[in-house]
Amino acid sequence: MIHSLFLVSTAGHIFLEKHWKSVISRSVCDYLFEAQGKASAPENVPPVIATPHHYLISVYRDRIFFVAVIQTEVPPLFVIEFLHRVAETFQDYFGECSEASIKDNVVIVYELLEEMLDNGFPLATEANILKEMIKPPTILRSVVNTITGGRELRSVFAWSVAQGSGSSNVGGTLPTGQLSNIPWRRTGVKYTNNEAYFDVVEEIDAILDKSGTVVFAEIQGVIDACVKLSGMPDLTLSFVNPRLLDDVSFHPCVRFKRWEAERVLSFIPPDGNFRLMSYHVNAQNLVAIPVYVKQNVSFFETGSSGRLDITVGPKQTMGKTIEDVVITVHMPKVVLNANLTTNQGTSTYDPVTKVLVWDIGKLNQQKVPNLKGSLSLQSGAPRPDENPTLNIDLRIQQLAISGLKVNRLNMFGEKYKPFKGVKYVTKAGKFQVRT
Amino acid sequence: MQRLLQLPANAVSMVKTAQGQEEARSPVLTPDNGQPAWYNAVPPEESRHIRPGGEQEEPGSSEDAQMQPLRHDDLKEMLDSNKDSLKLEAMKRIVAMIARGKNASDLFPAVVKNVACKNIEVSPPRPSRYRDISQTDPNQLIRASALRVLSSIRVTIIVPIMMLAIKEAASDMSPYVRKTAAHAIPKLYSLDPDQKDQLIEVIEKLLADKTTLVAGSVVMAFEEVCPERIDLIHKNYRKLCNLLIDVEEWGQVVIINMLTRYARTQFLNPNANESLLEEGGEKTFYGSDEEEGKEDKVEAAALVVKRKPYVMDPDHRLLLRNTKPLLQSRNAAVVMAVAQLYFHLAPKAEVGVIAKALVRLMRSHSEVQYVVLQNVATMTIKRRGMFEPYLKSFYIRSTDPTQIKVLKLEVLTNLANETNISTILREFQTYIKSMDKDFVAATIQAIGRCATNIGEVRDTCLNGLVQLLSNRDELVVAESVVVIKKLLQMQPEKHSDIIKHMAKLTDNIQVPMARASILWLIGEYCEHVPKIAPDVLRKMAKSFTNEEDIVKLQILNLAAKLYLTNSKQTKLLTQYVLNLAKYDQNYDIRDRARFIRQLIVPTDKSGALSKYAKKLFLALKPAPVLESPFKDRDHFQLGSLSHLLNAKAGGYQELPDWPESAPDPSVRNVEVPEWTKCSSREKRKEKKVEKPFYSDSEGESGPTESADSDSDTGSGSGSGSDSGSEDSGSESGSEESEGESDSEKDEKDKRKMKKWRIYVSFCVALLLKCSFPSPQAASPTCGPLKTYELLHRITGEGLAVTYCFSRRPFTGDPHMVSVQIQFTNNTEVEARSLRVLEPKLQSGMRIAEFPEIDVLPPGEISTVVMGIDFCDSTQAANFQLCTHTKKFFVTIQPPVGELMMPIFMTENEFKKEQGQLMGMNEITEKLTLGEGCRGDHVIIQRVISTANLSRVPCGSAMECRFAGKTVTSGSLVLVTVVTKEERAAQVTVNCEKMLIGTMLVKDILQALSQ
Repeated sequence: MIHSLFLVSTAGHIFLEKHWKSVISRSVCDYLFEAQGKASAPENVPPVIATPHHYLISVYRDRIFFVAVIQTEVPPLFVIEFLHRVAETFQDYFGECSEASIKDNVVIVYELLEEMLDNGFPLATEANILKEMIKPPTILRSVVNTITGGRELRSVFAWSVAQGSGSSNVGGTLPTGQLSNIPWRRTGVKYTNNEAYFDVVEEIDAILDKSGTVVFAEIQGVIDACVKLSGMPDLTLSFVNPRLLDDVSFHPCVRFKRWEAERVLSFIPPDGNFRLMSYHVNAQNLVAIPVYVKQNVSFFETGSSGRLDITVGPKQTMGKTIEDVVITVHMPKVVLNANLTTNQGTSTYDPVTKVLVWDIGKLNQQKVPNLKGSLSLQSGAPRPDENPTLNIDLRIQQLAISGLKVNRLNMFGEKYKPFKGVKYVTKAGKFQVRT
Repeated sequence: MQRLLQLPANAVSMVKTAQGQEEARSPVLTPDNGQPAWYNAVPPEESRHIRPGGEQEEPGSSEDAQMQPLRHDDLKEMLDSNKDSLKLEAMKRIVAMIARGKNASDLFPAVVKNVACKNIEVSPPRPSRYRDISQTDPNQLIRASALRVLSSIRVTIIVPIMMLAIKEAASDMSPYVRKTAAHAIPKLYSLDPDQKDQLIEVIEKLLADKTTLVAGSVVMAFEEVCPERIDLIHKNYRKLCNLLIDVEEWGQVVIINMLTRYARTQFLNPNANESLLEEGGEKTFYGSDEEEGKEDKVEAAALVVKRKPYVMDPDHRLLLRNTKPLLQSRNAAVVMAVAQLYFHLAPKAEVGVIAKALVRLMRSHSEVQYVVLQNVATMTIKRRGMFEPYLKSFYIRSTDPTQIKVLKLEVLTNLANETNISTILREFQTYIKSMDKDFVAATIQAIGRCATNIGEVRDTCLNGLVQLLSNRDELVVAESVVVIKKLLQMQPEKHSDIIKHMAKLTDNIQVPMARASILWLIGEYCEHVPKIAPDVLRKMAKSFTNEEDIVKLQILNLAAKLYLTNSKQTKLLTQYVLNLAKYDQNYDIRDRARFIRQLIVPTDKSGALSKYAKKLFLALKPAPVLESPFKDRDHFQLGSLSHLLNAKAGGYQELPDWPESAPDPSVRNVEVPEWTKCSSREKRKEKKVEKPFYSDSEGESGPTESADSDSDTGSGSGSGSDSGSEDSGSESGSEESEGESDSEKDEKDKRKMKKWRIYVSFCVALLLKCSFPSPQAASPTCGPLKTYELLHRITGEGLAVTYCFSRRPFTGDPHMVSVQIQFTNNTEVEARSLRVLEPKLQSGMRIAEFPEIDVLPPGEISTVVMGIDFCDSTQAANFQLCTHTKKFFVTIQPPVGELMMPIFMTENEFKKEQGQLMGMNEITEKLTLGEGCRGDHVIIQRVISTANLSRVPCGSAMECRFAGKTVTSGSLVLVTVVTKEERAAQVTVNCEKMLIGTMLVKDILQALSQ
């Protein structure tokens, strides 16, 4: 299936290669560079490139191209999904997935890749199994240990779940998890503090048109869990209002039949951080849009200038405060500079990337944030036809905008009493206002 | 045996220790400039070996080649030094070099030498070693990884060894080893395709496996080696369907794709009746001859009547039902696989379920979106209805990458119909204002397609496009012109004003394609704009020499058409243009000019054709059909690479057409073995329903066919590699060397080759072995073995013999317990021809004697392995032990715990089996745990050292479960130890053989109460 893997930085430097079958010359990446040259941004490089003898399937993540070389028919999603899994594993192991961290840990990276693919076919991709075989790097752990005293660390770093003294990156025990049919959970997990945290994170995807009416809006949610429980706990999570959930996808640990029958999530959790489920809220329910935006961006026919006036205010917030509001505007190329004043937050305009960022912060009822001023255009250039869209980012703590509520979490199979916590957050997903 | 593993363990523990110490300071790869961090790690006196970082060359730079040898000398020197830290550093740098794609093959000997120096008997390219490990090691993980290493060595001479190892592993007790065997199959196949037939046998055997662990891997092997052997699937079809939900996600993708093909060959098209009707309908709609159409329809209707009412094969239904839950998988590849299965196999009414899941994937990474949208685009052409409710999910955001935008546009266009067109057009209007010009161009094309497909909005679209003609961006205008041209062709008479407007554009617009389109339009409809057309020609004649080729051709075209309709005004102009064209650089244009002149200008010589010139040039042309580029892509299996590229990729398996009549469904019937309690399929279905999303039952984990293994092993030990008994007795490396000349020769050959590949595979082996630092820690079942005395030094007159139960499967015969016997010669003289003589055995018992030991020099120790089939009883085996001078009567009496071997089981399986072994087969005893017996760890250790059982993973800390089976009859032995308050505990043994059960309880009681 997957023949080779190349990791390429955006600058076009191939900094790691791994071959599972025979060695394929790195010159095969030239086709990628060619496509990259044609594309305006790295995101626009097509994920599948056919070359005379090979096919390149690539994903672009964290400023790195993960390029898989294949020779024969294979479902492209299979490869793409796997490459993302590789990136996530690196992230999990090294805290970040960057060229520097991969280069620093090349031996571990090699070990991981060797275990993840056998002859090009995925073998062990579950983080729990991999960590049993290959310990995450120790430097970070030891450094953080000395700084924080070790206890807090567990909640900070996902990779810290690996136990043991950790003088080497090679696990001291056999990866028995591979043998079980619940491969996502390590055996023999022990914690002094048993705790299970669930984050219900909802994102509003919306497109508003010029007048502020909703063109399209939906709510997507995920439940991310951080479970640190000893032994083999069997958990059941139930919701107050499961009917809200229209479409769901689960971590393999969730028993689908029970969900079908009783609408509860029953599962033996993996150890550590994982995404329990993601869901889509029924489209019939009207989506509450937490903010309103009034904007006016115009370019004058003469004088190479334009005006910009944006006002943001809270709308349906269910009594919660909206935080971390950031508005990003991608300006047309002819906009040379912006001369703007605001009554709240800061605004910056980058004349190179043509991006205007207005970082507002908290929205409060009394004062309505406003940004206005003039835009200077390239002289002589025609007035741009297009109007920029506003991308809005925001966050509301302690609220799931769909109204979803966790009812209770029960644990079976173990005797101790775990600490349980549920947190709700609403964020803006792809939230755009057209002008 | 254990020393075998020392290579990796040692080599790696070297790596390990250094990593532990130096990791903080020594990243392997250093930034391209600047001092490398590992520099600090090396003590000053050794740093001379290391080139300063400033000199480290840029990857791929030209000096690379020159530097290479020097650099390698450095590394060699480091490898040859006697400091472990230096060696380590060298090894790490070599790995880093490989990572950067440098050829390090000339370092191979140095590395091998290094690894071999301490452990002469184990050098990496000794495949037979790995084969032995893969067969004899008591730990399944080690067996599996040995096989993995072996199969990763890509040298053709080891093909036979690999073949044997795979065959052996395919009937291994552990499902994990069998899985590894399945993984090894494609490797061997790519190494030597001639082995195909033998490999197919192995695949067939593994396909029959009932564990989820194996299913995915073996189907993968099937797809790589023999995807055409669909007949192998029949018997396993239902099992695969039922296991599917519990298979790991990557396996699910492979299985689903394979089953899609299978179903296409075995079942009838559920939509056959509809598609027949549809076809008939279409023909009448498009057919030029009404009569014919009607006939067709009648025929089709007759066919429908003739056909029996369609009843879906229950197996077809089974597949659909069992794949449906997987639409909820978190893995996009699985969801896509199910979606394509439904698209290709499900009745029309049921396909809709996949839409929601596919729309969900649109939230994922942009690469996933890209692939999903490609497939959705194809689906929307055939089954528009199912995505219509999700129209808004395909609305485009300004932040989407261009390729995603274009694909979403494609989907939106496919979804457009009379009811939603106004919304879609409104959406398109906002897209036209986008900054991304490629996307705007695509939008204009899309509007054109909507306009051609939906008559009602044609005028609206046309007006909108005409407005775009005044856009400032030339690309937008050009694209609009091209699209308008196509639209106008459909009803030119109404739109002469638009043509006029476009004629004016020739002054400004520079994009060749647009200019050519305008000229063509004016020429084609010159009768609608009789006054403007000649003027345009005049202007064009003026600029002819500066135009692009396609524009020149259209100028010629325009000239010809005008000459034919309005020769009075344009005769001279046409002549002029033709003359210019005659001397053009491009021969196409010169050709065209000659051709046109001959056709239209009447001369004496002009042939019959010129009479028809007008008909030729001004024939009524059919309006172009604007089609989706995704039309007809569905003949490729959706979700495949070939579909995405719209071209056949290597190794693509065509999706077969539905059969006309259903093949015999009984081929899928399987005789239900006795152990399965549900006898009918109905019952099994019920069971399936009760099954949770992941069932904890793994199926039977025993070897699928144990008969095979015997013969395999026999030939295996004959093929020149050291036999199992020798192997386990290898305490001293020296005696090995004699029997191994064959494989040493192999080794020499390999060294000669010095291929890079070997090196890589060695590194693979090394890295792999990193995972298993020591076999001791590795296998919990392999604690310190109890040694029993067979012959005391004094009675044996200087010859001491001890034995122990090595707890390894005896290679020759799976029904035998392997007994490891150790001879120590305490005399001053050689003992010769040590052998077994005249065994006196109870009926049914058998002995596999160890090979005779020719000479045992004084003071030496020798170890051999013999196999004894105790017939599941603790009766002693009596035999005589002979030397060249003496005979001794000896007795081996096995403790009951040694009469069994561990099997792997899940908690649920355990409980299920336990439920069947109640009543008389269950023996329970209460006890008080001994002083030192605190904590489950100790309990496990004690029980395992008492009896050769394996632990069953279980959820509760208060219970420990162990499973095994007796060696001879394979009866299950299940042990449960429940601990209670105050050191109280209870031991339960469930075993069909009551005697064994009773004795085992006693032994365990004793062990625990100590």
